[in-house]
Amino acid sequence: MNEEPVAHARPALTAPRTDLTDGEWHRLHPATPLLRGGIFMVAIIGFIIANLRERLIDLFTGEENYGGDPIDAIYERGATGWALLIIGGVLVVILVVFYLSWRLHTFRVTGEIVEVRSGLVFRSNRKARLDRVQGVNLTRPLIPRLFGAARLQITVAGQDGNVELAYLGSKLADDLRRDILHLASGLRQAKQPAAAPDAPVTSAPAVDGMPIAHSALGDFATARFNEFRAPELDPDAAPPHSVVRIPPRRLIGSVVLSGFTVFLLLAGMGLIISVIAGSSGWVLVAVLPGLIGSVGYYFSRITKTLRFSITGTPDGVRVGYGLLSTSSQTLPPGRIHAIEVSQPILWRRFGWWQISINTAGQASGRSSTPVTGTTLLPVGTLADVEKVLQLALPDFDTETHRALIENGMLGGRKRDAGIADFYSNAPARAVWLRPFSWWRTGWAVSGSVALIRRGILSRDLILVPLARMQGVRISQGAIRRRLRLASAALHTVAGPVTASLSVIDVDEALVLFEWMSTGAVRSALADTSHQWSRTAPPTQEATE
Amino acid sequence: MPDYEPNPSAGQQAEPAPESSNRLELVETGEWKRVSPKYVVVEIVGTIVNAVVVCGGATLLWLLLDQTWALWVGIVVLAVSIINLVFEPRRVRAIGYLLRADDLLFRRGILFQRFVAVPYGRMQLIDITRGPIARWLGLADLKFVTAAASAGVSIPGLAEADAESLRDRLVELAESRRAGL
Repeated sequence: MNEEPVAHARPALTAPRTDLTDGEWHRLHPATPLLRGGIFMVAIIGFIIANLRERLIDLFTGEENYGGDPIDAIYERGATGWALLIIGGVLVVILVVFYLSWRLHTFRVTGEIVEVRSGLVFRSNRKARLDRVQGVNLTRPLIPRLFGAARLQITVAGQDGNVELAYLGSKLADDLRRDILHLASGLRQAKQPAAAPDAPVTSAPAVDGMPIAHSALGDFATARFNEFRAPELDPDAAPPHSVVRIPPRRLIGSVVLSGFTVFLLLAGMGLIISVIAGSSGWVLVAVLPGLIGSVGYYFSRITKTLRFSITGTPDGVRVGYGLLSTSSQTLPPGRIHAIEVSQPILWRRFGWWQISINTAGQASGRSSTPVTGTTLLPVGTLADVEKVLQLALPDFDTETHRALIENGMLGGRKRDAGIADFYSNAPARAVWLRPFSWWRTGWAVSGSVALIRRGILSRDLILVPLARMQGVRISQGAIRRRLRLASAALHTVAGPVTASLSVIDVDEALVLFEWMSTGAVRSALADTSHQWSRTAPPTQEATE
Repeated sequence: MPDYEPNPSAGQQAEPAPESSNRLELVETGEWKRVSPKYVVVEIVGTIVNAVVVCGGATLLWLLLDQTWALWVGIVVLAVSIINLVFEPRRVRAIGYLLRADDLLFRRGILFQRFVAVPYGRMQLIDITRGPIARWLGLADLKFVTAAASAGVSIPGLAEADAESLRDRLVELAESRRAGL
């Protein structure tokens, strides 16, 4: 297929993998326009098939009763030549456009920036500073994955602030991700002496790359198959084992026991009642497509989170998921702005929890990128939560911190009357505003992390690293003033987690305000994670 | 141990203290800087314009389409607007800001009180905007934008010169305390 152009178009492949980060302009995978225009192509093919379906059916059944389709019309009018000419012309135009768009789509990686130039008529130029990298995502949608291509996204802060390299060869994308993370970590000075022992290792994959590119189709298929099977192509950059394993049964259970199912059941009940009450059958016809759609929803939820893995690497937490289309997201240290550990009420019997996070670089609002980047753990037990939190907050794993987390997830003032409760809780008069959850509503600060515990219907624990916090607000309305209460919120970047505390004693609110505002300044000064390897040596501490 | 030790008696006081101390009030802060008193005019004009538009619409609905509910909506909006107008000067007086060593404090509201603290280092940009009436009065609004979803701090009704010097001061402070995102 496209193995031949790979070798031609990328002389860089013969050199060690760092060659792509030399600051020169490079081109993407030659099949890029085809893969990017995939939907367009599918639409055209679908259109053609739809127009000729009778002819196609007859091709198999052998009956010649078609008539009046476009081909007949063309044939009858004697315009065959013109039609062929037009088809040929369109094909040539498509090819030329694809070739030009591939020629003009170039990228470069220097020590400081990643830059992408693209566009045929409207040129666009995107630059991202490496010390502002919020995450590096490597996604392989199903079709490009079959062709051995992958998309590398370098997320920087802001809505839609992505620099996207789509598509690259799978192996190359892996190597480039590693190089970019190395550059971003501020490792350059430290790397120079290590270059000599590093070189044979790094050049090895590139050397394999060549034979693959020139080998027979069988080898190509084998290579594709191996890539397809392996969740992670960079075994030396990441420890092979995920710290968390989600059994498929638990995953399916967690998806089934969701609010969506409750909604479905209610809708089903309503439907049955309406049928019994004597409404005609058309209601059923109207609702049936929705039911089929919901099956699709379950299916996509499950396949998306199947094969979930989370590992610690020297360059941050790596989260991988996906069965058909895979995605692997690397979050460098200090890029997590808020963490929420929560348990919907349906999961309580099973002791399951989920973890979502806020990061500054979320590609929200774009359909091409899945918004799964905010889930750090789709479903897991208490022990899983502890492991994941250790990865997300590496300095937060002493005995006390663990007790604090457990207390925040399960505890409450009423239940742990005898045991020391580390949280500062809402007073009993908060029962007027939060009749069920007031005894769980509390906050604590430990080290440079603020914790908020709340909720009973969905038990939530929110952790905000103070070095990332953007501001703190306390407020009070008329009702809370009568009850001598206030509410508080920690401002973080946008995401699924909102760190707010709806009831808190007035004096406590003032204490919280002082603690958070001074803590934010203090932790930000002590924070060095924007180039995470510069001050600290690149230890494997995050990898356990 | 968490750094912050909860005071066990803090939440347990059964007797609410007298009304006066129920309010949120930061202690040991410095002198709050207030916004220009002229800002009242901007707020009053805004409220009146709002009331006129809504009440006018409601009246039209009532008279032309004979919708009785529109009349009631109009009356309610009018009443709320009048109450707002009465309290407007006090509300404007309640807006204040304070530059502390490392962060910017902001407060507003009487009935619904709000205090916000934003560290200077979190500044992404500062916006100065002027509405038509504010420009006529020589006022400007200053917005301190952070990376957070909820807009950081927005200080309305500063004298134009004040807004610009405050902007320069804030940029300078942020520059010396720059933190990554």
